Amino acid sequence: MNNNNAVLNISIFAVFVAITLVVVIRASRNQKTAADYLAAGRAFTGPQNGIAIAGDYLSAASFLGIAGAIAVNGYDGFLYSIGFLVAWLVALLLVAELLRNTGKYTMGDVLAFRMRQRPVRAAAATSTMAVSFFYLLAQMAGAGGLVALLLGITGKGGQALVIAVVGGLMIAYVLIGGMKGTTWVQIIKAVLLIIGAGVMTLWVLGKYGFNLSALLGAAVDNAPKAGEKILGPGLQYGATGTSKLDFLSLGLALVLGTAGLPHILMRFYTVPTAKEARRSVVWAIWLIGIFYLFTLVLGYGAGALVGPDKINAAPGKVNSAAPLLAEALGGPVLLGLIAAVAFATILAVVAGLTITASASFAHDIYANIIKKGKLEDKNAEVRVARITAVVIGVVAIGGGIAANGQNIAFLVALAFAVAASANLPTILYSLFWKRFNTAGALWSIYGGLSLTILLIVLSPAVSGKATSMFPTADFDVFPLSNPGIVSIPVSFLLGYLGTVLSKEKDPGKYAEMEVRALTGVGAEKATVH
Amino acid sequence: MSTAEHPPAETNPVDEHNWVEVQNSPEFVELRRRLRSFVFPMAGLFLVWYLLYVLLADYAHGFMSTKVLGNINVGLIFGLLQFVSTFAITTLYVRHANKNLDPAAEQIRTKLEGGHA
Repeated sequence: MNNNNAVLNISIFAVFVAITLVVVIRASRNQKTAADYLAAGRAFTGPQNGIAIAGDYLSAASFLGIAGAIAVNGYDGFLYSIGFLVAWLVALLLVAELLRNTGKYTMGDVLAFRMRQRPVRAAAATSTMAVSFFYLLAQMAGAGGLVALLLGITGKGGQALVIAVVGGLMIAYVLIGGMKGTTWVQIIKAVLLIIGAGVMTLWVLGKYGFNLSALLGAAVDNAPKAGEKILGPGLQYGATGTSKLDFLSLGLALVLGTAGLPHILMRFYTVPTAKEARRSVVWAIWLIGIFYLFTLVLGYGAGALVGPDKINAAPGKVNSAAPLLAEALGGPVLLGLIAAVAFATILAVVAGLTITASASFAHDIYANIIKKGKLEDKNAEVRVARITAVVIGVVAIGGGIAANGQNIAFLVALAFAVAASANLPTILYSLFWKRFNTAGALWSIYGGLSLTILLIVLSPAVSGKATSMFPTADFDVFPLSNPGIVSIPVSFLLGYLGTVLSKEKDPGKYAEMEVRALTGVGAEKATVH
Repeated sequence: MSTAEHPPAETNPVDEHNWVEVQNSPEFVELRRRLRSFVFPMAGLFLVWYLLYVLLADYAHGFMSTKVLGNINVGLIFGLLQFVSTFAITTLYVRHANKNLDPAAEQIRTKLEGGHA
């Protein structure tokens, strides 16, 4: 990819930024209250929110990463996308509507509903900020690698500058547009991403007479080393008993983590009713599912038309599969469009993460713990959220620059594992188990969070292997890079034990929560302007 | 529990209901039964089906690589069936919720909110 391409890529991306900034500024009108700023006035429709959820969820890792994994490792890349999709049924059946009916802005609203407010909110905010920050850091550091790939900027200084620009834009979106502006950025990005991937998918299929079997055959022919093996499972994870167990563990974290990701949960508050929250998830499931079907074709298409060897040799390795395929199909213009979409993807996801973490700080910690739910100044919550967003943005830029080039892919796995271990058990117990209490919630959140982080630190993702974050150190006593298979059941158990070992129970408060959750009585309404 | 520990609910005030009484009312018990008797078995079903698929992909490489039609093998078909089952369960749930949950929930909500409007 030469310099002319870089100029073209930057121009297309600049157009995206200009359009989204105009939309964000327009969206910022009429933002008076915390409900406007943190929940977009609860005025988005189900379909709009569903598209935004797809925009929030389909990160660069799932677009570039999965297509690349399929191109190089074949079927094993496809396994990721299935976990990411099936996970949405947990959100649809067990979480979305009940959460919408009982909360206001954050996960902490639901978890603390019938518990002692301050300790549970502190725990929920800790977990929210931990998950969001791991995810954010992974995205920001990933932006560095993407820059090398798409713009031909290989120097660390240049990459640091681009990470700072991405972070600066993200702060601008969140400060100016709040949840409403962020949502529109996600909607625009999701539409571009899905249309872009759809066009490429049709193009690839067209080259093989719309015959999937012929496409697979071409991918096999172009994979001299792996050959037929790319069509079946096991190329990436099938090597040893440990790697197989690691994959099982990853599969569990993927399917149970999604419904515990705070930035996804927060999106359910941007619609007026539980029914619209349901429609959001339905739209999200269809869009995400169709998108992952596209990536299956794109991955094998990149294998067939570009080839695994060329992909592995390119800067950015597997992440370069989709851009290289775009170049092979449509030349520099399509490459520029796909590159801009990839950037837009990072921007939209980091903006969503930032507003989630700042909402949790402003609402759970500032308004409910420090001010004990009694705010004299109505604008204080929004002001604190804005300040927090700037702080988080600056820290994320610094962290992203420091982590650039490090092998931190495990951070996304860590975010999912924490969400599945600390958040999901606590959410499910809160919504469905009458006896559940403050001690149980604290045990499952803090226990799940600390166990997951401990196991990751002691895993080969951090030390002991050439691919580790610290390859020269050696404290990998836990053999799996994905802790879910241990941490998820342990967290469920901790939540149970903490509950039964504490005498606290409040059946009256559970009655209120359950009636509200199932009927929507007294649920937060859309603001009217 | 003191009121300091449980400050007034964060959500809109529709207080003064006897929540336990509502929770024990036949209408609400029926609504809960309709919700739980659908979502719990369905959640169990898709989790078992997903786990079965992951275990096959993880430990039955030979079976999953068996070719069925051209280059399309059992693994790919099972993978695509995960998409089909996800879309199908989504559609079934929406139909169930629209028909059996929403009207019942609305009835209870109207009754509770209407009494204090």
